[in-house]
Amino acid sequence: MSTIAKDTHHDHEHKPTGLKRWFFSTNHKDIGTLYLIFALTMFFVGGAMAMIIRAELFQPGLQFVDPQFYNSMVTIHALVMIFGAVMPAGVGLANWMIPLMIGAPDMALPRMNNMSFWILPFAFALLLSTIFMQGGGPAGGWTMYPPLVLQTGDAFPFLIFAVHFLGVSSIMGAINIIATVFNMRAPGMSLMQMPLFVWTWVITSFLLIASLPVLAGAVTMLLTDKYFGTSFFSAAGGGDPVLFQHIFWFFGHPEVYILALPAFGIVSSIIPTFSRKPLFGYASMVYATASIAILSFFVWAHHMFTVGLPIKGELFFMYATMLIAVPTGVKVFNWMATMWKGSMTFETPMLFAVAFVILFTIGGFSGLMLGITPVDFQYHDTYFVVAHFHYVLLTGAVFALMAAVYYWLPKWTGHMYDERLGKIHFWLSAISANVLFFPQHFLGLAGMPRRIPDYNIQFADFNMISSIGGFAYGLTQLLFIYIVIKCALGGKKAKSVSWEGARGLEWTVPSPAPFHTFETPPKIRKEMLENG
Amino acid sequence: MASQEVYYVPDGSKWPIIATLALFTSFLGGAVWFNGGDIGKFILLIGLAAVTYMFYGWFKDVIKESLAGKYSKQVDVSFRMGMGWFILSEVMFFAAFFGALYYAREFSIPWLSGEGQGGHNGTHEFLWPAFQAAWPMNVMPDPSRYTQYTNVIPAFGIPALNTALLLSSGVTVTLAHWALQKNNRKSLCTWLAATVLLGIIFVGFQAYEYVHAHQALDLTLKGGIYGSTFYMLTGFHGFHVTMGALMLAVILYRSVKGHFSKKDHFAFEAVAWYWHFVDVVWLGLFIFVYWI
Ligand code: HEM
Ligand SMILES: [Cu+2]
Repeated sequence: MSTIAKDTHHDHEHKPTGLKRWFFSTNHKDIGTLYLIFALTMFFVGGAMAMIIRAELFQPGLQFVDPQFYNSMVTIHALVMIFGAVMPAGVGLANWMIPLMIGAPDMALPRMNNMSFWILPFAFALLLSTIFMQGGGPAGGWTMYPPLVLQTGDAFPFLIFAVHFLGVSSIMGAINIIATVFNMRAPGMSLMQMPLFVWTWVITSFLLIASLPVLAGAVTMLLTDKYFGTSFFSAAGGGDPVLFQHIFWFFGHPEVYILALPAFGIVSSIIPTFSRKPLFGYASMVYATASIAILSFFVWAHHMFTVGLPIKGELFFMYATMLIAVPTGVKVFNWMATMWKGSMTFETPMLFAVAFVILFTIGGFSGLMLGITPVDFQYHDTYFVVAHFHYVLLTGAVFALMAAVYYWLPKWTGHMYDERLGKIHFWLSAISANVLFFPQHFLGLAGMPRRIPDYNIQFADFNMISSIGGFAYGLTQLLFIYIVIKCALGGKKAKSVSWEGARGLEWTVPSPAPFHTFETPPKIRKEMLENG
Repeated sequence: MASQEVYYVPDGSKWPIIATLALFTSFLGGAVWFNGGDIGKFILLIGLAAVTYMFYGWFKDVIKESLAGKYSKQVDVSFRMGMGWFILSEVMFFAAFFGALYYAREFSIPWLSGEGQGGHNGTHEFLWPAFQAAWPMNVMPDPSRYTQYTNVIPAFGIPALNTALLLSSGVTVTLAHWALQKNNRKSLCTWLAATVLLGIIFVGFQAYEYVHAHQALDLTLKGGIYGSTFYMLTGFHGFHVTMGALMLAVILYRSVKGHFSKKDHFAFEAVAWYWHFVDVVWLGLFIFVYWI
């Protein structure tokens, strides 16, 4: 144990108790825990909706739900997974780990931190309550395109305000992360010594601050179009429904990197640990992340190739999209080079991280295909798209988040999780997720449209396989809950350096990390750093 | 407490959760109201009252802590970063509306009038062949659904005056800052008061302009894309000026009470930044909405 760890032990814990501890919290670890529990809960809420969708698609014809309800499930599933599960899980990890990784006592703005968490349950109360309203939940897709979305029933203003509310939460979270990283690093830790997870989160925060207000603007225009007679998205008044798509995707494409960059950061921590080698090409990783972020603001119209853009626009956005493959390729190359000739072991976090590299790359390749304008004319709005974004989001972002949980659980709880169960969870997840999403590529290429509860008989076999994979994946996640709870309650004691090859400041504090850490800044020595 | 030697990690606070509940109540009220439920108005009112109370209480606590000397230099930097990035997010919010304005003028209106797409523009040919591009566009593609206005607000009338007002208020707030740096309290208060006054006059003019536009020119939110962009941009800006003037008034009050010192005056600077931000947005409005 290092000197820092001893220091914190002398301190009285000064820990509030009861409801106050959670509602009034200013502690980054408590708030991080709240975020993570919330995210896991929403993962199951969104997952339940996915199960309804897959049940309906198990066979052709309408079996269980009516089409309106089906579409509201598709819409809310997506909103819940993106804004309720993946983003909060990322912010939760940032809360827990960034102060530990940079040797800070807490986040820079702890009260705002608390607010950005507590907004989430209330925003989702607004959103989820719509399912029970007159006219049902929003059913126009998470992209909320007008004029369709303007036909939403009573759910409409709730949807808009929920989006506003979630935006407020994310922006506050992002501001907090930036202030923390730029202002709270332990003396002696330069920017280029920060773990990549910290880097990816700063860059993600820039994306959040620059893109979420634009979404807020877009949905505000929807609101005034519906209730105040403005005509932003109505050609009859000189506006254009396509304008919404431009504004939405100006937010939307950076948003997909908001989901993906923290995942990049996570695997960039995990792969070196279990390869027992420092990360290959640290600086190029930082620059690649930054380039991806910047480029992500110039590719939005690749979601709109088929709406009738001028040909120059189609070309520009195609080439810009192709360009993103370059920094992404740099990252994948570096991860592989890190593993090259390493003394690798495959504990659960590493399994998820390696699966991430492979499966995210598959999702990246299908994305590349979709980015080619003439090709997208064929694939647009088919199940090929659904397969693509689930590879990057589920086997990408979610797998990385799972890896992170397994990797840092010992630090959070002070116990090792059950490795055997963890491996079972991994293999069942990896296999079922591929059974679930791989056939959807074929469905899409054969022309099955997305967002439709019924389909032609020719698609029946692949859909049944996909649904079976879906149910298996859903069931497997119950095992994850069991593993996490079991680990929280007990298990083999975790050492402060819980993994043999682990480096970085977070491993210099005891496991479980005490309530307060780094109250006096640590003295940085090179060998303590993750990328030292 | 050890943490204070290095970084002030504040104790738990009830304000974040109150803020959340207050915003939630407001959103809930607004949504119920939009759906035609009259009770929504009252819920919204309660929510907004709670928001006001929250701002009052939260800032009161922070000011107390600040006066008690709890905030170190480093905390000050965190606050500064927080405000700076918050302003950037506001800039991006306005960017969405400026983007809409640009798109309407550069793309949707010319296309609706038949330009582009190799001369075969279906929307124009089949839906509204009579439509001709114009800006300000007071004949809509489908005139039956929108109100036609007789004229728009010319740039070189009230708007130009307002530009002068806001620009001078940017100067006065800087003079106030200089006074503060020279520890000249009297001049600080005077220049701040002048800034607040200019802000109020600006809002007053803007309100007058709105009334005039509505009543004399028939220009409303329903006035097609011109009316939409005009009112949404100037409206959000006007709201920001109002907020800024309010914040300045609070700073004036605190200055009169003797708060702030030569070195320590984050709140003053934050509000001054905010004020410059609304100033710059106004320049954008003046040029792109009123003038060209
Ligand atoms: C539990 C595993 C999951 C299953 C079984 C699943 C299944 C589905 C299905 C069947 C659809 C409907 C496709 C359509 O008809 O258009 C869908 C849509 C979608 N899902 Fe998932 N999903 C899962 C996890 C996730 C995750 C983790 C995310 C994001 C982080 C996600 C994001 C989306 C999005 C963005 C849509 C598009 C919704 C729309 O068309 O508006 N899904 N999902
Ligand atoms: Cu995209």
